[in-house]
Amino acid sequence: MEDRIAVVGAGSTKFRPDTSEQNWKELMFEAASKAYLDAGLNPRKDIDSFVTCAEDYWEGFSIYDEFVPDQLGAAMRPTCTVCGDGLHGLAIACMQIMSGMVDVVAVESHSKISDLNTYNDVVLFAFDPIYNRPLAGHPYYVAGMEMNAFLNGSGNTEEQCAGVASKNMTNALKNPLGAYGKNVGVGDVMGSEPMFSPAKKLDIAELVDGSIVLVLARAEKAKDITDNPVWITGFGWNSGTPWLEGRAWGRASYAEEAAKMAYKMAGIAEPRSEIGFAEVDDKFSYKELMHLEAVGLAGKGQAGNDLENGRFQPDGDIPINASGGSLGCGNLIEASGLHRALEVVLQLRGQADGRQLNDIERGLAQSWRGVPTASGAVAVFER
Amino acid sequence: MRKVCVLGGGMTIFRRRLQETGKEMSYEATKMALEEAGLELKDVDSVVMGSAPDAFDGIHMKGENLLDGAGGAGKPYLRVFVGGGTAVFTPIAGWWHIASGMADVCLVVAEEKMSSVFPHPQSAFGHIWDPILDRPLKPNLVWIFAMEMNRYMTVHGIKKEDIARVAVKNKRNALDHPCAQLAANLTIDDVLNSEMMAWPVQRLDISPPSDGASAMILASEEVAKKLTDDLVYLDGAGWCIDSTMWTDRDLYFPEYVAGAAKMAYKMAKIENPRKEIDVAEPYDPFDYKELHHMEGLLLCDKGEAPILTREGVTERDGDLPVCPSGGLLGVGNPIAATMGIKACEIYWQLAGKAGKRQVPNDPQVGICQAWGDLMQYGSVLIMRRG
Repeated sequence: MEDRIAVVGAGSTKFRPDTSEQNWKELMFEAASKAYLDAGLNPRKDIDSFVTCAEDYWEGFSIYDEFVPDQLGAAMRPTCTVCGDGLHGLAIACMQIMSGMVDVVAVESHSKISDLNTYNDVVLFAFDPIYNRPLAGHPYYVAGMEMNAFLNGSGNTEEQCAGVASKNMTNALKNPLGAYGKNVGVGDVMGSEPMFSPAKKLDIAELVDGSIVLVLARAEKAKDITDNPVWITGFGWNSGTPWLEGRAWGRASYAEEAAKMAYKMAGIAEPRSEIGFAEVDDKFSYKELMHLEAVGLAGKGQAGNDLENGRFQPDGDIPINASGGSLGCGNLIEASGLHRALEVVLQLRGQADGRQLNDIERGLAQSWRGVPTASGAVAVFER
Repeated sequence: MRKVCVLGGGMTIFRRRLQETGKEMSYEATKMALEEAGLELKDVDSVVMGSAPDAFDGIHMKGENLLDGAGGAGKPYLRVFVGGGTAVFTPIAGWWHIASGMADVCLVVAEEKMSSVFPHPQSAFGHIWDPILDRPLKPNLVWIFAMEMNRYMTVHGIKKEDIARVAVKNKRNALDHPCAQLAANLTIDDVLNSEMMAWPVQRLDISPPSDGASAMILASEEVAKKLTDDLVYLDGAGWCIDSTMWTDRDLYFPEYVAGAAKMAYKMAKIENPRKEIDVAEPYDPFDYKELHHMEGLLLCDKGEAPILTREGVTERDGDLPVCPSGGLLGVGNPIAATMGIKACEIYWQLAGKAGKRQVPNDPQVGICQAWGDLMQYGSVLIMRRG
């Protein structure tokens, strides 16, 4: 990559199931203020461009873009909204810098999902209105069906998925941002309430509120801003078909293609040996295994075995979701991708407190936009 | 920075209640743009979608739903959304894809299907307001634009007939546009005698709700040179948002449009826009908005746009043709898809492909602009012939 880009500031609220004392603007303000303080930048003078990731239906507005500028310090500045995950926003921010139009960009992504009384119905509104929406039901049935297809096709097992949930919830005990850290064993997950067979209650990440802001800068600027830059060396994003009926179920093509794009950019030929740790989407426990195989951090059909062998534990070969992921910290909807990027940045900076990993140089963040999409993104960060 | 060229454009007709779905309209516009560029979908590296409120279509994550119609399946695909500003912002996002080196060919698609809202798209606009400060007043768009129009007329002492001239000009220009929804030969009196909506806004001052889609093909200079000798470059871009608190600003002048324009002029090294710009497509959802935006784009002094219009400067054969496409007033207003009469039109004008709408004298530099959110967003794109 010719124009190197660094993360020079990071800020976040805690992730909590209910934030009724703060409105969504206050959540964004808190994360933005922390990120600007961290970077030592005044948004009104030092930041050239602002990017927010949002969808109207999540926010309860039409044209949500209207409500972005003030709390980010972005009024009368170049600002835009991306209808995507936080890593999609990160990709837009990087491209703005690489195109030479701006030098410093703030990327914001948030969830105020507790404001939404009808989460299930809103997700159903993302289904094809003619063919799929009339089937109704809780939209997570799609994840249950996909879990079934993935396990049957790959040979991974329900117990191994439960192992993912157990690992991530346990990891989250060491993350002060997380909401769902607890000591949970494989048996607890397997014995939890059946929900969308074969997915059980503890296989599914609970929704939380929160906001995250990262500040990115072109290399020459970054050196003036911070002594501890984390470099974005590759990123990619991709979408599969929107048709549920037309997909190769149990295969995360979007993650495969996004990773391919990011690895090419970062010059990574052997992800398994070249990437030290990763934060991958785990809105459902099976998704972690599926995504690990898709981005090449586990062999096909091997992710479950690798997990059981301890390879993905914080002290394993390649720690996965040391943050606790979505299962341990909560599902931040569109901000989930930026949550992962935040964790990778904190780890590479050596600021991950009790969950700090040792000897890491390069980490990966991967996101998925959730049911019913086949869209996601990948970013590679280096010290 | 890698240089970026436009290779083709396409658009559907603009109508209320087109039978095609959003996916189908996106497909149609995409196919036309690819054919004009002489490329196929397999040549496209990435796709950018622009579309305004999901409430129109009644589909959450509308961009995900549209992605296969827009040729995005299996490709890097992103949707951007800055309200009405999306029409000109979407090709700016496409520009980043190529200038950054992430793609060599980028397909930019803009779609809007407003007619799915029953009984009228205005009801979807009921949800664009601050839920505490604005919504209890039950405002609608005509109502706030009436306030803005009134303020603009009051500050400069502008007569209603000088604003009506814009509607007459644009609807007449639209007679030459094959996609037009409300093309007509009207007189100033027709506009002044049309139904009063919210004073001073009358029915013929307003663009119609429409369905439609448009598409553009952007490519690196290297790719473009292999396909054509007549290069049209993207030369300057600007985008700017003002505070959400629309009640706190003086509505007579769009500072945010001026902010975006200054950013774009700096990039395009334009010092005297009035002299250096040959053709302009400012956003004209209301007739006064064309004038407002000409001033915001610094194409004339504050309060001068109605005078230039009266003097015929902005006619298609005038010194500074404005909205030669027929604009939103004449061709239609499918919010994001008006990219077809803003960005695509400037490309067609500079490439000499505008047919009956072609402005004379071989234009070299053109500007287009869109406006949106709560009277708050400006996006500006400048193109230049190679």
